[in-house]
Amino acid sequence: MFEPEEIRKDFPILQRKIGGKEIVYLDSGATSQKPKQVIEAISKYYETNNANVHRGAHTLGDESTQLLEEARETIAKWIGGKSEEVIFVRNTTEAINLVAYGWGLDNLKKDDVILTTEMEHHSNIVPWQEVARRTGAKVEMVKVTSEGLLDQDNYKDKLKLKPKLVAMVQVSNALGTINPIVEMTKQAHKIGALVLVDGAQAVPHMKVDVQKIGCDWYAFSGHKMLGPMGIGVLWGKKEILNKMSPFLTGGGMISEVYVDHSTWTELPEKFEAGTPNVAGAVGLVSAIEYLDRLGIENVREHDKWLTVYGLQLIAGVEGVEILGPRDAELRSGSISFTYTGVHAHDVATVLDSQGVMVRSGYHCTMPLHNKLGVVASVRVSFNVYTTKNDIDRLVEALLEVKKIFGK
Amino acid sequence: MSAPLDDMYRDIIMDHFRSPRGRKQLPVVDFSSNGRNPSCGDELKLQVKLEDGIVKDIYIDCQGCAISIASGSMLAETVKGKSIAEAKRIAEVVKQMLKGENAELPNDLEDLDSLQGVRKFPVRIKCALLAWVTFMEGLEDYEHGHGEGNVTTEEDK
Repeated sequence: MFEPEEIRKDFPILQRKIGGKEIVYLDSGATSQKPKQVIEAISKYYETNNANVHRGAHTLGDESTQLLEEARETIAKWIGGKSEEVIFVRNTTEAINLVAYGWGLDNLKKDDVILTTEMEHHSNIVPWQEVARRTGAKVEMVKVTSEGLLDQDNYKDKLKLKPKLVAMVQVSNALGTINPIVEMTKQAHKIGALVLVDGAQAVPHMKVDVQKIGCDWYAFSGHKMLGPMGIGVLWGKKEILNKMSPFLTGGGMISEVYVDHSTWTELPEKFEAGTPNVAGAVGLVSAIEYLDRLGIENVREHDKWLTVYGLQLIAGVEGVEILGPRDAELRSGSISFTYTGVHAHDVATVLDSQGVMVRSGYHCTMPLHNKLGVVASVRVSFNVYTTKNDIDRLVEALLEVKKIFGK
Repeated sequence: MSAPLDDMYRDIIMDHFRSPRGRKQLPVVDFSSNGRNPSCGDELKLQVKLEDGIVKDIYIDCQGCAISIASGSMLAETVKGKSIAEAKRIAEVVKQMLKGENAELPNDLEDLDSLQGVRKFPVRIKCALLAWVTFMEGLEDYEHGHGEGNVTTEEDK
């Protein structure tokens, strides 16, 4: 394990005080804070290597190209894929849209079934609704149990509809639930479905190996795992990516352009039209190096410890109802709850007045909140710099809610 | 409690939140309007009975945060018994006040002044606005002979 109090020193923003108090940042599920190593890596790139990639024969252009390709290799190794299978995108949402438009439009037809789940972030629902609208395919959702798990019996039933695609989240952004995606992927493959996994909330907290998962596509963002905003990854199996149409077209992704048609380059450039975010890729590598120095197994241990401690303390506050499973083994990264009689936004405002920053609302999971019969919830979410003190300060601040609303 | 927080959750606001006015359903209505801020989860149903150019009665069912409930309750209390023109004018003044524009409240409506505290919390302004905008849109649709409208005070994202 590592000492989170020590780690905090690497995060300049956590040194900031608001209203004379140290900030308690419990919204890492929305975006993580960035260590100075990542910030410096980005600055260094712009100060020393900045130039456009794959074009022009000059030293800076070569350096920049090399940095981008090295980043691809590092990321590929980190998740167990091949370099050419790593496509740089802006974020998880763009990665899912790339599959929806690059694969879905060509391969889905009227009455085909796209299977997603009630637990998905809107970014893994809306693109499929759009593809369904254009192709005549149908979107079906695996049900969530009252405990906040994917209903495995319902999943088996839904697989009988012979979906062409299963699109599911590895770790729920709203409940923290870790889904059994290895087993679920196996079952999907048995009936011939392809599998897309939304890994946005998994990569910051646990070892991810796309080979072990066995999925066909894996999508994640850099900014939730200590990296910068604006860089994300779609990993896909080479043979599937090769058959897909490009999502965005233009410069950088063509082989030859004629007046009436064009031909595409090979992977991965086929999917990377326009100038890529090299500084973002460099920052993401720095984030991976940071996580590797801590040891990703230790990161998961710390995450689990916080979950156990957090669940115990938060559940102990009068009026609080925890959402999602109670077993820390089944959870990662966040704890969501409701406060009886007080709307999540009011809770968040009171917490903010105490320097405690949380997320409130639907967390981009309206179907899930409707299913659970919850109007809105409060979510506290962690990362490597989250300490026991942060949870203690949260619980103290929660007592303020009662002072204002409990009269 | 910190000062800005104190300013938002003033006694008057908390009183309206705890015992919201306008919760009695109306047997006959002239228009109804629905407001919804999906990212918050605030939902509001509003029904109005008019008589001789006067807001005879108003029903508001608001599910949401303390601010949206209190603001809806204050709307119900304020516009009931006022002429349509006066109700519109007040709603417009409240809207301007919440948006930070220079707006003078009539002297007899000082209670509404307590909504000012919300302005220190930019993300919560839309909560306070919802009832007023829903009322105004409903009234406008009624005057133009349109059906029931759907309103939001969240910006398109």
